[in-house]
Amino acid sequence: MAILSLQGVSKSFGALKVTDDVSFSLEPGEALGIIGPNGAGKSTLFNLITGNLRPDAGLVRLDGRDVTGETPMQRCASGIGRSFQIPQPFDHLSVYENLLVAARFGGAMTAAEAPAACMDVLARTGLAHLADRKAGGLPLLNRKRLELARAMATKPRVILLDEIAGGLTDAECGELVATIRAIHSEGTAIIWIEHVLHALTSVVTRLMVLNFGKMLMIGAPEEVMAAREVREIYLGLDA
Amino acid sequence: MSWADTLAQGLLLGGLYALFAAGLSLVFGIMRLVNLAHGDLIVLGAYLILGIGSALGISPFLAASIALPVMFALGWVLQMALLNRVLGEDILPPLLVTFGLSVVIQNGLLSAFTADSRKLPIGPVEAHSLPLGPVTVGVMPLITFGSAIAVILILNWLFYRTALGRAFRATSDDAVTAQLMGIRPKQIFGMATGIALVVATIAALYLGARANFDPSIGPARLLYAFEAVIIGGLGSLWGTLAGGLVIGVAQTFGAALNPEWQILAGHIAFVAVLLVRPRGLFPRAQD
Repeated sequence: MAILSLQGVSKSFGALKVTDDVSFSLEPGEALGIIGPNGAGKSTLFNLITGNLRPDAGLVRLDGRDVTGETPMQRCASGIGRSFQIPQPFDHLSVYENLLVAARFGGAMTAAEAPAACMDVLARTGLAHLADRKAGGLPLLNRKRLELARAMATKPRVILLDEIAGGLTDAECGELVATIRAIHSEGTAIIWIEHVLHALTSVVTRLMVLNFGKMLMIGAPEEVMAAREVREIYLGLDA
Repeated sequence: MSWADTLAQGLLLGGLYALFAAGLSLVFGIMRLVNLAHGDLIVLGAYLILGIGSALGISPFLAASIALPVMFALGWVLQMALLNRVLGEDILPPLLVTFGLSVVIQNGLLSAFTADSRKLPIGPVEAHSLPLGPVTVGVMPLITFGSAIAVILILNWLFYRTALGRAFRATSDDAVTAQLMGIRPKQIFGMATGIALVVATIAALYLGARANFDPSIGPARLLYAFEAVIIGGLGSLWGTLAGGLVIGVAQTFGAALNPEWQILAGHIAFVAVLLVRPRGLFPRAQD
């Protein structure tokens, strides 16, 4: 059974349809990429999945269970983790404390098991040496790592990554991709919005194209990238 | 009275003001809520202690230990049923609602207990004093001051060493992201206001033991509390203690010069600190 499925999900902000009748499902352990021009409604789609926004129409299901009416806290507890496009760590907490919050509340870990789990996540995301630093002072790469680490600490079964590779150098991007691949190989399902295509296509097995809130295509990455309409709309090629 | 005595009295009085302010500081720090009813809730706590004490015939100290969980529950219910509904981007609704709450509490106390001023009967300990080096200090002011230090220590421990405290700080940083980490901000806010009212009740015990109180004195306590929080710098509990001490010392020195200057001297000290340090003595590093 699909771990996450959307069925006919629509959302408007005033007259603007930002999500228009989107339906897809994600199998356990699958990695799905989402691409599309700016303003295509990619981040809005994440907000609909996490519950930060309620759809005007359609259903969001987790393990086949309708969660459309559930709050972000409930969906986090059911296994949805998220990293933001613009990192939003708790600035006044240390890196380690950021993870502890995620592990204790989102991951429902006990006081006894959380520290070890958090240290493990810190090690895997290359943040161990920064554990006691205030999150507010970190440079971009480490803020992005922290976004990922914090989402991992909630013990998600589906992790949503929003342009996590944007703004990084090639080497930094490579490190992050290796971490993401490792998370994926352990069976965590991934939905990844990204403009850095080579990073994306090195992990995902399916690719979705959004344009003006509509799902234009979904399929194998090479098929999608070869499609003429995708090249026109997404890459901005004329004819 | 020597100047050393005046200083000692001022510092000890400052402990009481820090207790007034700690709850206010906590709530503002966590949910950016300025609770205009904080002073009246302290007075309500004093009447609750008085009521429990006379109904059961027990000392105010025992009565306070019963009042503490009651006030915690009141804080929780107040937050969940009322204040959570008005918290948001706009800071005006919470101000209006807590202002209304202040009026309701004052008038409720007025009809229940009349305008007569009351005092908590704490017995002979009130008159006890200790020689402390060059000065002599009262036992009750000393206990008050010790309680203020203990409250700040415990609040700091709670804030920086416990899962609840991390949830407080995370929610204060970013309530929307906190939800994605599985935190329920409304319940966190309920806990915070409950704890703030526990501290307010401790303050109420020492307020009622030190001097007379009546239903109308809440807003003046709120003002001292405010000044202590602002002098200390928003978001710093030790700063709030320092702010309380500044006002306490200024008031006793003012009173030593001329009894009519007590209150005025506290306010002048407040303005003076703000002129020199507009963000208070110990502002949070980054905001």
